Amino acid sequence: MSILVDASTKVICQGITGKAGSFHALQCLEYGTRLVAGVTPKKGGTTVGTIPVYDTVGEAVAKTGATASMVYVPAPFALGAILEAVDAGIRLIIVITEGIPTLDMVKAVEYASAKGARIIGPNCPGIITSGSCKIGIMPGYIHQKGRVGVISRSGTLTYEAVWQLTQVGLGQTTCIGIGGDPVIGTGFIDALGMFEKDPETEAVLMIGEIGGSQEEEAARYIRAKMKKKVAAFIAGTTAPKGKRMGHAGAIVSGAKGTAQEKIATLQENGIHVVRDLSRIGAEMKELVG
Amino acid sequence: MKTHEYQARDLFAAYGIPTSKGALARTPEEARSAFASIGQAHCMWKVQVQMGGRGKAGGVRRISSADEAARLTAEYIGKTFSTYQSPEGKTVRAVLLTEDKPILAEYYLGATIDRSSGLPVLLFSKQGGVDIEEVAAKDPEAILKHRFSPGALPAAADLRSLVGRQISDASQAAQIADIATRLARLFVEKDAALVEVNPLALSEGNTILALDAKIVFDDNALFRHADIAALKDPEEDDERERKAKAFGLSYVSMNGNIGCLVNGAGLAMATMDMIKLAGGEPANFLDVGGGATADQVREGFKIILQDDRVQAILVNIFGGIMKCDVIAEGVIQASREISLSVPLIVRLEGTRVQEGRKLLEQSGLRIASCKSIQEAAQTAVRQAREHADVHSR
Repeated sequence: MSILVDASTKVICQGITGKAGSFHALQCLEYGTRLVAGVTPKKGGTTVGTIPVYDTVGEAVAKTGATASMVYVPAPFALGAILEAVDAGIRLIIVITEGIPTLDMVKAVEYASAKGARIIGPNCPGIITSGSCKIGIMPGYIHQKGRVGVISRSGTLTYEAVWQLTQVGLGQTTCIGIGGDPVIGTGFIDALGMFEKDPETEAVLMIGEIGGSQEEEAARYIRAKMKKKVAAFIAGTTAPKGKRMGHAGAIVSGAKGTAQEKIATLQENGIHVVRDLSRIGAEMKELVG
Repeated sequence: MKTHEYQARDLFAAYGIPTSKGALARTPEEARSAFASIGQAHCMWKVQVQMGGRGKAGGVRRISSADEAARLTAEYIGKTFSTYQSPEGKTVRAVLLTEDKPILAEYYLGATIDRSSGLPVLLFSKQGGVDIEEVAAKDPEAILKHRFSPGALPAAADLRSLVGRQISDASQAAQIADIATRLARLFVEKDAALVEVNPLALSEGNTILALDAKIVFDDNALFRHADIAALKDPEEDDERERKAKAFGLSYVSMNGNIGCLVNGAGLAMATMDMIKLAGGEPANFLDVGGGATADQVREGFKIILQDDRVQAILVNIFGGIMKCDVIAEGVIQASREISLSVPLIVRLEGTRVQEGRKLLEQSGLRIASCKSIQEAAQTAVRQAREHADVHSR
């Protein structure tokens, strides 16, 4: 078991003929992902490696029965690509593209939720179920099938944490990069709920950072709804104020989005917070036993 | 992307949001005629720099003659202006003169993205003219919120009843609701990240006016708004931050003495935190992106070293797709090219890490190659201290 994706998930790649799209599609295929098709308008009939390319998502779905899509389409066209995937019946859309206008993501998430599809990202490393399905840009070999679910707003910081979990022998069930943009398709709470229900996941590691109030909301959710153990790491204790966020988020949340406040809220809700980056694996091991 | 007040006021005018009469001046002579063009006994005179706290720092004044306008403008133009919110300061290039409107009450009106719901939200408070963050922290109930879909802008009638909860005067509530619908339309049509009117003022004749204007635009959407992109004032950017951007690097200057170069924003922040945990202070945040090429490392080093407080550089790279040996070569090449004179501490992890570490050790350069980030942070703090000691003797 795992969450959202497993060895049976059929995946297409939108924007597969671009440099990043083709490279990572082939890497995913090599990892064992059932990457069954690619989509790039006007490139239908060609192939990337052994992967057939179609003009539209509709065609690719009709030919392959894919239910998930990995999106590398350039930011100005990403909204159109996401809406196309939703309309074609794709249920899980993983958006790797960085730099998508915030209001485009507002529209994409509204549309997908109304039609029962889920978006992960944008601006994220993707999702991976260790040993069976990698959809994204994370290096596959650092992951190992195991017991911990990972949810993260960051990229390389996630690799660091995953690598430590592998080194201490805990491994991971599924690892989701939810992305660091202001508007995202899947948040901490959505992912925590899914991990709580997954029988293979014994504990969850959440990796947050400054800005917004997602971690605080997750802390209250964990206390109220979760039986499984959760540990957290929050980056940005030393981050200068006001550099990455205007006071917009602060007004809305009634808090200021600093790492200190997030850590305090997590601890108040009984969640173990790892303070030393190099001890994520070790402290997770102590927690899980 | 931020804009100047006068630019935001122009956009307000284009959207029919009432403001006071105003005129921009870049020279004392222009200030003199600006005063005359407003045609009143008194004017407000405001320096145009993108920072908060201008009033307290003497950048907003009530003036009484064209001579005073010219004299003050001559005194400030071309000089560095700073406030408690922006102590580093910026050069004043223009001043704005506006009508001196009587203010009977100060409200707050804003629009931004509500991250929790993933929707735009309009914010209104009767308690304007002050730091709205403080209002939000003390009394969240004092701020009224109206979330809306970008595809369905809020109706004036809905906003009128919402504003009516705090403003009992029907005419005022109607004016505020009308301004709010216009603000929402500007927010959506121009892809803003934040629009703020503070104060939204009650003036003579029971009229509501936007007496300040702040707009932050979504950088990611500038590609479809040439008119907005053209408003960009390059002088407002930190020189080093701008240079970094040109090489695909994201740099933020800080106050410590340990420079750092990391791939990925989250890991870069966590690395700064580790330096602090080891008893040191980071000099900067520098994210070289997921990759980290030799060019980027070299430019990153150069940018870090422009800050002469830097006593050591810590490189922390998690090599995923980008292999550690390639990164090690980049680091070695960059150190040679710029004859790096401060201690360099490198922590590599990930793909082909053994080969990478070997290259660093065999380079003949004084590079401390560390296995864990903890060891790297501690080594950087110690070596920075030793380096500083030697050079202060």
